[in-house]
Amino acid sequence: MAKIVIDGVDYEVNPDNNLLQECLSQGLDLPYFCWHPCMGSVGACRQCAVIQYRDEDDDKGMLVMACMTPPTDGMIISIEDEQAKSFRSNVIESLMISHPHDCPVCEEGGECHLQDMTLMSGHNYRRYDKEKVTHRNQYLGPFIGHEMNRCITCYRCVRYYDDYAGGTDLSAQASHHHVYFGRHEEGVLESEFSGNLVEVCPTGVFTDRTFSENYTRKWDLQTAPSICTGCAVGCNTTPGERYGTLRRITNRYNSDVNGYFLCDRGRFGYGYSSSDQRFADPLQRKNETAEIMDDSAVQSMLDGFSSENTSVTTIGIGSPRASTEANYALRCLVGADNFFSGMSDEEFESANLILQLNKDKAFHSPSIREIEQADAILIVGEDVTNTAPRIALALRQSVRNKAMELADQSRIPRWQDAAVRELAQHDRSPLSILSGYKTRLDDVADDEIIDSIPRLASFAQAIAGSLSGKAEQIQVEDGQVAAVEKIAEQLKSAKRPLVIAGSSQGAELIKAAANIARALGESRADGAIDLCLLTPEVNSMGMAMLSTEENSLGAALEKLRSGEASKVVIVENDLYRRAPHGLVDEALEKAEQCLVIDQLPTATTAKADFVLPCTAFAEQESSYINYEGRAQLSFQVHRNHARAKSSWQWLSAATEEGIESLMHDCADAVPGLAKLCEILPDKSQFVGGMKVPRQSHRYSGRTAMKSHLGVHEPKQAVDSQSVMSFSMEGISSQKDASILASSWSPQWNSNQSISKFQSEVNGELKQGHTGKLVMERNAEGAYLEVSVSEDSSAELQLSRAHQIFGSDELSSRSSVIKQRMVGSYLGISEEDARSKRIRQGDSIAIVGVEASLSACIRSSIKNGSAVIYCDETMDSHSLPRSINISKSNNEVQTGIKGLIISDLMDEDN
Amino acid sequence: MFTLFKDTLVSQVVTLWKVFAKILVKADTVQYPEEQPYMFPRWRGRIILSRDPDGEERCVACNLCAVACPVDCIALQKTEDEEGRWYPEFFRINFSRCIMCGFCEEACPTNAIQLTPDFEMAEYVRQDMVWEKEDLLISGTGKYHDYSFYNVCGKKIGGKDKGEAQNEAVPVNVRSLLP
Repeated sequence: MAKIVIDGVDYEVNPDNNLLQECLSQGLDLPYFCWHPCMGSVGACRQCAVIQYRDEDDDKGMLVMACMTPPTDGMIISIEDEQAKSFRSNVIESLMISHPHDCPVCEEGGECHLQDMTLMSGHNYRRYDKEKVTHRNQYLGPFIGHEMNRCITCYRCVRYYDDYAGGTDLSAQASHHHVYFGRHEEGVLESEFSGNLVEVCPTGVFTDRTFSENYTRKWDLQTAPSICTGCAVGCNTTPGERYGTLRRITNRYNSDVNGYFLCDRGRFGYGYSSSDQRFADPLQRKNETAEIMDDSAVQSMLDGFSSENTSVTTIGIGSPRASTEANYALRCLVGADNFFSGMSDEEFESANLILQLNKDKAFHSPSIREIEQADAILIVGEDVTNTAPRIALALRQSVRNKAMELADQSRIPRWQDAAVRELAQHDRSPLSILSGYKTRLDDVADDEIIDSIPRLASFAQAIAGSLSGKAEQIQVEDGQVAAVEKIAEQLKSAKRPLVIAGSSQGAELIKAAANIARALGESRADGAIDLCLLTPEVNSMGMAMLSTEENSLGAALEKLRSGEASKVVIVENDLYRRAPHGLVDEALEKAEQCLVIDQLPTATTAKADFVLPCTAFAEQESSYINYEGRAQLSFQVHRNHARAKSSWQWLSAATEEGIESLMHDCADAVPGLAKLCEILPDKSQFVGGMKVPRQSHRYSGRTAMKSHLGVHEPKQAVDSQSVMSFSMEGISSQKDASILASSWSPQWNSNQSISKFQSEVNGELKQGHTGKLVMERNAEGAYLEVSVSEDSSAELQLSRAHQIFGSDELSSRSSVIKQRMVGSYLGISEEDARSKRIRQGDSIAIVGVEASLSACIRSSIKNGSAVIYCDETMDSHSLPRSINISKSNNEVQTGIKGLIISDLMDEDN
Repeated sequence: MFTLFKDTLVSQVVTLWKVFAKILVKADTVQYPEEQPYMFPRWRGRIILSRDPDGEERCVACNLCAVACPVDCIALQKTEDEEGRWYPEFFRINFSRCIMCGFCEEACPTNAIQLTPDFEMAEYVRQDMVWEKEDLLISGTGKYHDYSFYNVCGKKIGGKDKGEAQNEAVPVNVRSLLP
């Protein structure tokens, strides 16, 4: 710690950070633009100037840029000095010279870092009356709007997009006051993390187009802390609502999980919750028509499903996309023995394996912050960018640890961004990827082994064998032995190695990855090895903890088919996405009564006798358990004005007591979930029973919003079940950052105000983080048997591809995500395509399977293997492990236009 | 004795004198409603939404009036035409709550919302005090005749390209290296 004096007050600061960061950590207001806690300093904007004095006798001092100055012991600086103040106000005046008079028609207005800094710097009158520079805008796709006139050339966008997120299609162009940030030509921004530009840009150059369509100022949004349901990472989000519909999702800082950034699926995939297809009323199918049920009919129908009131067996099928509470309430209704997993059988096998490995004390499941610290990474078979996108962004940071190490050696501070990049050039920490096809991380990968899944498993086993010194396990082609040894050596010599696998290619690769991590752990003495095992959906882990290993979906369907069970309750699940269509058809036909609780019509709800509408993620309070076993609580943002209730409210009798009693019951009843209740907010901190307001203190229009319906204003909605209120009244979030409805602080209207809630900038929130790891690691494990047999009955070995836009069921129902989706495709090698006379984009038929796919000829794919991406219409679970294909004359519906992969063959070349 | 005389009789006489003196002065009050008083242009009465000199809606749905309103009686929703011009999809004022403070007019960056000298707003049915955009929007410019926000704003709209607003240079050609 260094002792420094700022404006006559002593502070203790961390000498490893820059002065600007430390000033902000101390809660001082110092304007800045180009610096970002995750991106370091480049000293481009000259806005954070302070006066530094040589010693106590020095009364003149000199101007330094705080972001480029390391704090040293005994340093004396002044933020408030007149010279520093006038320098800052002159700098912002020149930055603002060509800034247009746009604030009223700018989506950033009211939460604009530039507005905040302009006021803070004291520039309040424009003296410049000459011509302003103007720019033409570009179309950047359905997510991001572009208004280049507003740019103040802080370079944050390209530093984020290119340097941090690894994008290639946004650049700084032209020179001097003509500098332009855009693509080389109009078109969709390719990066999966483009949405963060909206938050990174200090002004309104990059704006959220989905938000602009239903625009509302920040102060008018009703917000609550929420959890993204797009994948198993469980990023923290702040959805905002106005006039009954969800308007946008922004990032909510969590030091361990998502930090400052989200992926585009999480940020833009919320549109389904305001879809007009949503179920509004309980429905009963009578012949071909659906009739609306009244409350008493619903109650007697539900009683008929309860295990106490019926002699026939009722089974319940849960869902990995439903909350822990919804699944637990269903389990209570039908009994634990009759509660079945809603995952596909392959996924369930993987999830159970992951659950078992997550209890093994040889491993540690790393959070995203910990993933960023890894300095040698091996990805076994998982296409992280498309299955858990936020982790791919973290991996792009972990490969920079080599650069950080070099910087430390040369005694360059880590935050000196430009210098560290210049020093490291293309030196990266090793990242090795075993995959069936080239992934989006290949530009930062050291080694990429592309092969069929069984061969990858044997390659991974060979790495484990090399690490543990069991040469007999090394059964790979001669040419690959060197690669095996190299990867093993990289993992062995790393300070913090990391192995990543996931359930998307089946359980064998997970087993192989676990073996690698175990062998690695045995070769080192420093505790548990980071093994990051990715589950596919937001609550896959919670689902696996709630159901027993025998109760797979296949078993449930068999029970219905055989008549052993005659009633079924399906919660938030479309079984046609989980099992072969034929099996589901047969089972649902056999079932006497089928109740489905869901938000949107699916193939399963079409077969149901009863459909109950349930609330979307932002309309309910619920908890989810992410890939690392972290339980997180998601608060209700707004009410559903139709008759939808959350699934647990339909299924549980104790609806009055709220989610809390259900969570306590769940923690007591389910082994492994004992810590679940620790995520509930501590009620003792709410003085006098005051709640946390969901609305800002500037929430407008309260006496006019509903006055067209009736001039007599209704009573403010009361939320008896939550610690949050549907009003402006209560204790503001500042008192408790663990329930941060919206980040705001006086003078800091933009999202940069989050520094006021952090114990130190880029550190934990002041009241601690909100999630809780529920898993106990005390089991002893052993090496797992990996099957590496190939299915050689057909000519192409199949591996599965996933798409960030499309593979997630709910987000793919949003209209804006649909614009980025592609149809089913089959990726094949150039040679295989040529031998079948298939050209790029042609329609392909798979022998014995009813489907038509687009051909996607990829340059890096292995001959004799193929990668398949199935859209929601395909019966993906009846596919064999190897296939024969032929060219087909059927027309493909969506095609692969807009598919972003790096190794797509260009036939013109 | 003298004090009593001064406090009562003199005071009453003076008062009477002042009252009778007014008999010859022209009255300020008028016989409303037969006779209409002169209302000053800056009187804060009924709120209107005005149009710019080209006859387009001035309101850009920036929400500043709504947030400035101390009784929160303004609610609106932004929408956009195909060419990027912002305007309110709906704009509602609940006049049964309005206190005619004029903060909305002061906050308005486009001179769209204005208070007018009309004060005759009583209704028999309270619901009729809720006014929608159709009721609020007038066909003229109101008190400010020349101001058109989009002429000073950098945003491109239909009929006004980039570089065509006041004090704007023609758009930069990023492919040129000339200074």
